[in-house]
Amino acid sequence: MSGRRLFTAIFVGLLGIASAGAVRAADDTIKIGYIDPFSGPFAATGNNFLKVFNFILEKANAQGGPLGKKYELVTFDYKLQPAEALIALKSVTDQNLPFVMHCVGSNVGAAMIDAVSKHNARNPDNRLLYLNCGALATELTNEQCDFWHFRFTVNVDQRAVARIKTLPQSVKSVYLLNQDYLFGQSVQKATQKYLAQYRPDVKVVGDELVPFGKVQDFSPYIAKIKASGAQSLVTSNYDRDLNLLMKAGNDAGLEIRYDSYLAHQPGGPTSTGPAGDNRLTSIMEFHDNVAAEENNPAAEKFVSEWRARAEFNFIPLDYVTMFQMLTEAINKAGSTDAVKVAKALEGMKITDMMGDENVMRAEDHQWLGPLHEAIFTHSAKLDAEKTGLGWKSEAKISSADLTLPTSCKMKRPAS
Amino acid sequence: MEVLLVSLLNGLVYGMLLFMLASGLTLIFSMMGVLNFAHGSIYMLGAYFAYESTRWIGFWSALLIAPLLCGAIGAAIEVWGLRRVHHNGHIAELLFTFGLVFIIGRSVQMAWGMLPMPYRVPAGLDFPLFTLYGLQFPAYRGFMLLVSAGMLGGIWLLLKRTRVGMIIQAALTHPGMTAALGHNVPLVFTIVFAGGCFLAGLAGVIGGNYQSTEPGIADAMGPIVFVVVVFGGLGSLAGCFIASVIMGMVVTFSVVIDASIADLLRPIGIVPRNDDLLGEILTVPVARIGALLPLLMMVLILFFRPRGLLGTRDT
Repeated sequence: MSGRRLFTAIFVGLLGIASAGAVRAADDTIKIGYIDPFSGPFAATGNNFLKVFNFILEKANAQGGPLGKKYELVTFDYKLQPAEALIALKSVTDQNLPFVMHCVGSNVGAAMIDAVSKHNARNPDNRLLYLNCGALATELTNEQCDFWHFRFTVNVDQRAVARIKTLPQSVKSVYLLNQDYLFGQSVQKATQKYLAQYRPDVKVVGDELVPFGKVQDFSPYIAKIKASGAQSLVTSNYDRDLNLLMKAGNDAGLEIRYDSYLAHQPGGPTSTGPAGDNRLTSIMEFHDNVAAEENNPAAEKFVSEWRARAEFNFIPLDYVTMFQMLTEAINKAGSTDAVKVAKALEGMKITDMMGDENVMRAEDHQWLGPLHEAIFTHSAKLDAEKTGLGWKSEAKISSADLTLPTSCKMKRPAS
Repeated sequence: MEVLLVSLLNGLVYGMLLFMLASGLTLIFSMMGVLNFAHGSIYMLGAYFAYESTRWIGFWSALLIAPLLCGAIGAAIEVWGLRRVHHNGHIAELLFTFGLVFIIGRSVQMAWGMLPMPYRVPAGLDFPLFTLYGLQFPAYRGFMLLVSAGMLGGIWLLLKRTRVGMIIQAALTHPGMTAALGHNVPLVFTIVFAGGCFLAGLAGVIGGNYQSTEPGIADAMGPIVFVVVVFGGLGSLAGCFIASVIMGMVVTFSVVIDASIADLLRPIGIVPRNDDLLGEILTVPVARIGALLPLLMMVLILFFRPRGLLGTRDT
């Protein structure tokens, strides 16, 4: 046997031992394939989510986990390429993982729903569930709804309802500015729709789509907004596109409210800084001051533990609830069998950390929970990202207010 | 009218920032034949260095420290990196700088994290310079114009009026001949590369708080700077300047144009249908495709005038 062959033989042998070890380790863990961008332009978003999930799972595991087992995340980087996401999904199914989780990108969400559905139809003994933690397009629980897909966060239409309902009565003219891609366009449509429905007194004086992540200087837009005389800028821009927008507005001394959808995302407060004081609002599930505002000592402890390890505010309370629901569903099902867990999740009601009732609606697998409208201010008790300014709730929108009709016609498997 | 004037000023500011980046790149590109992919990364480093020196020492010293650091890094890249791969041809050099993009990008992420840095405009420059139709023009933008204009003058003097500049110019167009005359062309290469990185660093200092200081700015500025260099023409600083200002204006002005190609066709009686692909392309407002226009312009100039606006040789 030549050296190279010997080496190959040893290598293959080692592989065998390693994979056997992996199988054995799988017995006392519940693995969740987690597909998100961890490199490329949205690497920050993916890595911040990962930080959040590690924190949540540490807590869930410390409480015992489902069936006495521990959760374990297996991460896959899809680099914001839908094709890569499907390759990652293939690895998830090859490893027989019972759950796949994905947060960033509605276009990928749609592709994943389709791929998971097909996989489950073809491989009835190796099915998996798709836990959607951030693909927000409303269609995913309407026309494109699927039995194997559960959305554990609030969709675009629900966010738009919350945004419009919390717009102050004094605001009579708004300028809409959104990013020119699937998410921005669907926010644009939803905002228009619910403005007409809930606030017919508000005039839309400008409605614009900006290239996604390409604009270096928003000054020309600011000049247009100024010329329009709008009182409020309603925008779903996030990350760079929001930071540069507000920066240009502040540089030009534009007197306007910024009623945003996503300004609370990590990095937003840092870039906004003191200039955003008392004029920037956002719609979010939670922030570091909610616990104290609602006098909830357990939640305050949760927040202080989080603040000890991360510089940005804890926002996604829905993700904590997601693992509460998943744990209960697995316990109820007695296994991680996709059909049993899905049936257990359908219609599940659970009380979240803040004592509010959350529901996983059976008709379309859309999670229903409350949202907060908060303002960025120096008078907030706990600040965000060491800026000295933080979020302070102005309104809480109950899940009843966010319960919208669905057009979903769910096809359920026979067994 | 008001929008027009404001856009003119902002276009100029953005154009000048582009020029600060592109001038270094065009010098490097025309002399060494290497399209330095890492130029945007050096710009990013400049912004991060400036943030750190502003934190510890102050903005005014950052104006010198950050570019010097970037220049030193540039010299190191040239001496220990580019020169070694040089004999393997341009492709090797290209790939080398391409690799640098990832290394620098990743190092910045590891050192400073993914979130934007609170690098803000210094208090001494944080006031409105004047008010135009109710919109303020920040003093910092005026300062940016001043710095870039000063830099333009400085480079021009250096290249046209000093002996070093003469040698650099000679090496730009006739490297073989310059070497034959006894000049140390590799040293000239190092100086130019370090100088280009110095300029990128300077652009980073004043661009880092004009935009935001985060890992994404390298990718955001990289491509547009290539467009400027190709559009302006190789080996021509004047072409590079004109191209920068044109790009700044195009990007800024396209935003305020709500018209589409269909609006141009309407007076001559052609009304495209809205439901097919062609109709969709014709009716999309210019404001929505503004960011694409520079790339379109680059394709057109490569097609009809491959040497660029004022270029002396073909790309």
